[in-house]
Amino acid sequence: MNFINGMIVLLVYQLLGEVGVLLCKIPIPGPVLGMILLFLTLLLKDKIIFSTKKSFSSLENAATTLLSHLALLFIPAGVGMMVHFDLIVREWLPILIVLLFSTIMTLLVSALIMSISIHFFVNSQHLKMSKK
Amino acid sequence: MTESNINILWIYLSASPLFGLMITLAAYSIAYQLYLYSRFNPLINPILIAVSIIISVLLMADISYDDYFSGGQFVHFLLGPATVALAIPLYQQFHNLKKLWLPILITLIVGSMTGIISSVGLASMLETSLQTQLSLAPKSVTTAVAMAISEQVGGIPSLTAVLVVITGIIGAVLGTKLFAVFGIKDDSVKGIAMGIAAHGIGTARAFQISKKMGAFSGLGMALSALVTAFILPVLINFLDFV
Repeated sequence: MNFINGMIVLLVYQLLGEVGVLLCKIPIPGPVLGMILLFLTLLLKDKIIFSTKKSFSSLENAATTLLSHLALLFIPAGVGMMVHFDLIVREWLPILIVLLFSTIMTLLVSALIMSISIHFFVNSQHLKMSKK
Repeated sequence: MTESNINILWIYLSASPLFGLMITLAAYSIAYQLYLYSRFNPLINPILIAVSIIISVLLMADISYDDYFSGGQFVHFLLGPATVALAIPLYQQFHNLKKLWLPILITLIVGSMTGIISSVGLASMLETSLQTQLSLAPKSVTTAVAMAISEQVGGIPSLTAVLVVITGIIGAVLGTKLFAVFGIKDDSVKGIAMGIAAHGIGTARAFQISKKMGAFSGLGMALSALVTAFILPVLINFLDFV
């Protein structure tokens, strides 16, 4: 039952997300809003509530199961490649170059900016604190 | 059983959801075994292998994507709850994330814009069709979000889904190598970069390295989906003017 209860919570939050996106006309997909709502609920739970530890463990159970085989869930979308064979065959080289270049750029720029800004904001704060 | 009976049975089965669902799970299982056997060699990417197996079988058996997807959709649907489930590792790593909120915010904005501008920019330099360029723009964010954005800006959502998966595989395969070459060791840095550049597939890879890297990657993926959903339509308008 653990897994089922956890799945119910996930689906309810996905539903909340879908409804929220429709009602507020936010340009993001429902599941992403659902994730934010669930995250906020978990934070709030810490602030207000007594021990809901048990219900969290079932949620954790369902989440871990889903996330441990995240790769499986992308397969049906990936098979969609066969529908676009024509376009991909026609433009495969530029597409591949763009994907390689852009993904490498994004990885490196993100890692660089993150390293620099951690060094700049976090480490310098520690220095200030230790000087005080 | 006569031959025509077998034919009728085959036509019935190949169009029923059973076949699509079964082959999805079977191909993944085979691909995952290979991946285990290769000791998680990133080149033996389970998605890449499973997708190749399934496409080969579908082409040989002459089954359309629509017929396949009538079964595949059950797996595809779980991307929704799986996205919601990312809230849990995020919550568990909250104490780590809180300390780093400002670097994360800066990285998200710069990283997401790098992904969009570098792909659309290079694609237009290489003179690909406008549809391809627009379908490429949201390639770094998670499938569901990317498809929605692609539709909004005038791309082809199903082409975007494919480009998203290829991007994720490239990120998962090259990411750890790149970080090693450039001497990046901090799991929080690697995770964020992986999530921004290679969404859920990068996150799946990050979880194999450490729980911390996975959580940061999940955060990068979730927040970059948000950031991209807001800035991409604006950015595309702007790039159009230039």
